[in-house]
Amino acid sequence: MTEIAGKLFTWINTRLPIANTFERHLSKHPVPSKVNFWYLFGALAAVTLIIQIVTGIWLIMPYSNTEEQAFSSIEYIMRDVDYGWVIRYMHTTGASLFFAVVYLHMFRGLLYGSYQKPKELVWIFGCTIYLAMMAEGFLGYVLPYGQMSYWGAQVIISLFGAIPYIGESLELWVRGDYYISGITVSRFFALHVVALPLVLIALVFLHLVALHEVGAGNPEGVDIEEHLDDDGVPLDSVPFFPYKVLNALVAIGVFMTVFSIIMFFFPEGGGYFIEMANFQEANPLVTPDHIAPVWYYAPFYTMLRAIPDPLGGLIVMAAAVAIFFIVPWLDRSNVASIRYKGIYSKIAITMFGVSFLTLGYLGTVGVTEVRKTMSVICTVMYFAYFLLMPIYTKYETTKEVPDRL
Amino acid sequence: MQEKDKTRRKVLIGLTSAVGLSGIPFAATPFIAAWNPSAKAKAAGAPVKLDVSKMQFGQQIQVSWRKQPVFIVRHTEESIANLELGVTKLADPNSDQIEEPYKGLNPSRSKSPEYSVFSGVCTHLGCAPKYFPEVEPKPWDATWNGGFFCPCHGSMFDIVGRVFKGVPAPTNLIVPPHMFEGSILTIGEDKEL
Repeated sequence: MTEIAGKLFTWINTRLPIANTFERHLSKHPVPSKVNFWYLFGALAAVTLIIQIVTGIWLIMPYSNTEEQAFSSIEYIMRDVDYGWVIRYMHTTGASLFFAVVYLHMFRGLLYGSYQKPKELVWIFGCTIYLAMMAEGFLGYVLPYGQMSYWGAQVIISLFGAIPYIGESLELWVRGDYYISGITVSRFFALHVVALPLVLIALVFLHLVALHEVGAGNPEGVDIEEHLDDDGVPLDSVPFFPYKVLNALVAIGVFMTVFSIIMFFFPEGGGYFIEMANFQEANPLVTPDHIAPVWYYAPFYTMLRAIPDPLGGLIVMAAAVAIFFIVPWLDRSNVASIRYKGIYSKIAITMFGVSFLTLGYLGTVGVTEVRKTMSVICTVMYFAYFLLMPIYTKYETTKEVPDRL
Repeated sequence: MQEKDKTRRKVLIGLTSAVGLSGIPFAATPFIAAWNPSAKAKAAGAPVKLDVSKMQFGQQIQVSWRKQPVFIVRHTEESIANLELGVTKLADPNSDQIEEPYKGLNPSRSKSPEYSVFSGVCTHLGCAPKYFPEVEPKPWDATWNGGFFCPCHGSMFDIVGRVFKGVPAPTNLIVPPHMFEGSILTIGEDKEL
């Protein structure tokens, strides 16, 4: 039996590089021996992506992408399809947790300089994944055709209208109708279930290929390639398989526990994961009293609101996301990790964290004069973190990075 | 390969690429055009007619034109006269800043002195402002003279849809093409335009 299996393996392996790939990317792929919990969110993001794809495929089956049926087909999934509710809540919880782990993953990047030479492309592919996720999440939120789907989309699509000259025709073109109709829903459906997932998977592939080419980082910012053993393997490394895989499994276990608690007990996330207004069918004639985005867009929505001019708001919001792409060239520090950077970097990243969270909070609540001032201040703080980075990282005193991990 | 052949090859590659690339706009046309409103969507966006003579004074109704709310308000002579009182609060009392089909409409901002007809879509980000006709202090304005308040981002408009200063909405509410034939109001079409 084993002989036949062995022969079969050899037969395949001479035609498809299984053993080679396994060695190169898993059993002999060196990763830093000492990292901390911040380095687990990449694996968790991959797990969430798989959850989204699988539950998504199952949701397509009973979902109907027409104006008349979209909302009721979601209720049909929730009530009449066996275990439909759990598949849908898996998908909605997955969406929120996908953003949660990706935000933590990105923050890890900022903390430990995971974008520094030669990891610029890993970072850029990552930022593009984030951008594609934002589009994917938005398109998905429109599909149930609830009140918040409709009015949220109304706000987002009217952003195109702020573009001079072509704005209005662009809006009409994106909607394909004079309002957000079944025509809009069905094209968003096509993009949400086919086009963007393909893009996302391709980007994730590129993100990983680039990462495996340059090697994973560590919280010390030590270059493990500097000290190799006789076989050319870094001394401060362990093979990805089994060490990191088993390590990640523990994290995945904890993550799944949190995931299940939310999915079974708080699927609406207190109105932050699925907004209450979205349990009503879309009505183009009635605006909900309070239009707020889902929590993961809230910081950017606050920036949009902070600027009185729609075009200005759109530019600031787009810049807030776009600025992540150039971080590798904004950081002029001679060290990678926050542990060895100076006091200015530490103050700056704290300010950034505080402003991002405050902006997020402000985006989910109504507008008052005080909150408006706060959103302007936080928007300035947010951009200051990035725009002043070339200065404070260059002129601060850094600590010396140790030789070994 | 000779120098002459290399040049010849470059020219050929250039020409072939140019011809190939010129096909891209043609190939892209159906994909882009398929996103335009279809014939069905265009037909559903046809003009709307209604009889406005049954409206009460001070009443606001909304009709749906292209699934967008259009507000119709019937004014008393008094409320039209009172519009002058709030004019200092307005950002653009004469609607000079907006591009709508009409210029210099009478104070009611419609083709009838008694009715206002304007889109119920906030010019900030497309929400529907709510009608608060009462003349009384409001949480958003202590000297409220009646008008529209947008619940999304707090934009304010007077009873004929003109925007206040210092609110997120950049312009007055847009007046759609419309016409009155007796008491029949048509929204979405104006034979004089």
